[in-house]
Amino acid sequence: MSVNIKPIAVHVFRESVRDRVPYTLVLFAVLLIAASFLLGQLTAGQDIKIIKDLGLAATSLFGLFIAVFIGIALVSKEVERRSIYGLLTKPVSRAQFIAGKYAGLLVTLAVNVAIMTAALYLVLAYMTWQEPANVRAAWDAPGVDPALLGAVLLIFVELALVTAIALFFSTFSTPMLSAALTLGLWIAGRFNADLRNFDAVVESAPAAWLARVLYHVLPDFSAFDVKLQVVHGLPISAGYLAATVAYGGAYILALLLAATVIFARRDFK
Amino acid sequence: MSGRGSPLLAVAAVAALGGAVALQAARDAAYPRDEAAQVRTEQLYVRSPEAIKRLAPGFNALAADVYWIRAIQHFGGARLAEPGAQDYSLLFPLLDIATTLDPYFNIAYRFGAIFLSEPHPGGPGRPDLAVRLLQKGIAAQPTRWQYYHDLAFVHYWHTRDYEAAAEWFRRASEQPDAPAWLAPMVPVMLTRAEDRTSARTLWHQIMQSDQQWLQRTAERSLMQLDALDAIDVLQPIVDRVALSAGEQYSWGLLARRGAVRGTPLDPAGVPFELYPESGIVSVSRSSPLFPLPVETPAR
Repeated sequence: MSVNIKPIAVHVFRESVRDRVPYTLVLFAVLLIAASFLLGQLTAGQDIKIIKDLGLAATSLFGLFIAVFIGIALVSKEVERRSIYGLLTKPVSRAQFIAGKYAGLLVTLAVNVAIMTAALYLVLAYMTWQEPANVRAAWDAPGVDPALLGAVLLIFVELALVTAIALFFSTFSTPMLSAALTLGLWIAGRFNADLRNFDAVVESAPAAWLARVLYHVLPDFSAFDVKLQVVHGLPISAGYLAATVAYGGAYILALLLAATVIFARRDFK
Repeated sequence: MSGRGSPLLAVAAVAALGGAVALQAARDAAYPRDEAAQVRTEQLYVRSPEAIKRLAPGFNALAADVYWIRAIQHFGGARLAEPGAQDYSLLFPLLDIATTLDPYFNIAYRFGAIFLSEPHPGGPGRPDLAVRLLQKGIAAQPTRWQYYHDLAFVHYWHTRDYEAAAEWFRRASEQPDAPAWLAPMVPVMLTRAEDRTSARTLWHQIMQSDQQWLQRTAERSLMQLDALDAIDVLQPIVDRVALSAGEQYSWGLLARRGAVRGTPLDPAGVPFELYPESGIVSVSRSSPLFPLPVETPAR
């Protein structure tokens, strides 16, 4: 089965390179380097914190755009170009097609996130090297802090989940509607924690029950955000990281299976 | 479009951009803009920290950084404004937003402690807001001794509430990782409240900070203490000089009588002010040390 998935994934990755997705990396690098030179003049000694904030936020935001705007086109583009007809005549099942497309975009995202992380560490290493020991001692966390990788890991899993949502919607909807639904779900998921305590602000028991159900059903994107804690050197337990990655994995699996079911029902005759 | 035409088009595009730049420069030279009319009153359109938190889901830390930079620019801009035009009204709201978006933003709390309580015109002169901001910091990080220390300092230096200062020093000394010198500050506050030595001790501690702006503030405050010491020496000298009818106090008169060797300078190098009628010695309004944290006695 994996023999059929791999060529599709490789094709998606090559297509993203052809679509100039790596240009975002250049933009990211320019943003970080420019910021590192300018911030020292503006931030009264908070440049290392702001570079970390900026680097992690940009990794998350650029990744979100890639995940949404490429994810929504993964299936619809094949249908639009009518290349799906030729593809499905080959010994490729619809499940393999979905898995291959997803894996391809995941590789694209992984490469992007890895390069952005490396660039962030390089800038942080340079700034750490520049600062005297007494300034470094006053930082909340070390400049080149391995704990940042915990935040990066959760950003990547969050992006993988966004990609799965975009792919899910793209199996039955138009690209524009898929983008709107994916971004809408991402925003709703960011405020998911509010639904948990909805019974504190409404008296209606059914409304509180519905909010509680939505809290569990909607993807909890706020759980993936540990940027603030990591930048300030606050501990993130390995258990929390593992539980959140596992939660993301389970949600992704559910979405891919649902996407496969819907896609399998589509008639391309 | 043929391949041969493309370089020509690229050159034309660059030339057009160059033309736009040149036209802008020429227009600005021919029709100078009325800069005064363009000065925009600084605005804070959204004042609710919670609303801003909702507007930047997942990017609160970055939004906090933006508000922090705005707070610095606002403070710096107000300090550099014309005398009498210093307006620090947005400083607290900006710091409040920054610290709501990022509750662990240590420097924003400490910035508030020092500069919100700085007397006018060097700051807004609102130690009450500094206390509010630091208490918010303590709510976010109850074991961070620096916030307790800064609260004690605001009470000691600005509100002159030495009992409150002693209490906050006591709480600071009880926090984990608190330095050993905090505990002795409690009796210092209680028994030597009028003594400048303890103020010097505090400012010397702040001088050890890695932040240049904190070091500069500490340096200025230490010079103010030196100025107060110098005034304590000069004032009795002036008081001993008896004036004849029609005479007024001046450094020239005191020098002629042999009371002083010349015009005494404050630690910033500016001549001390000697009021001709009352004979009160103070720092000059043109001195960077003005105003002193302690009022000179009125006569």
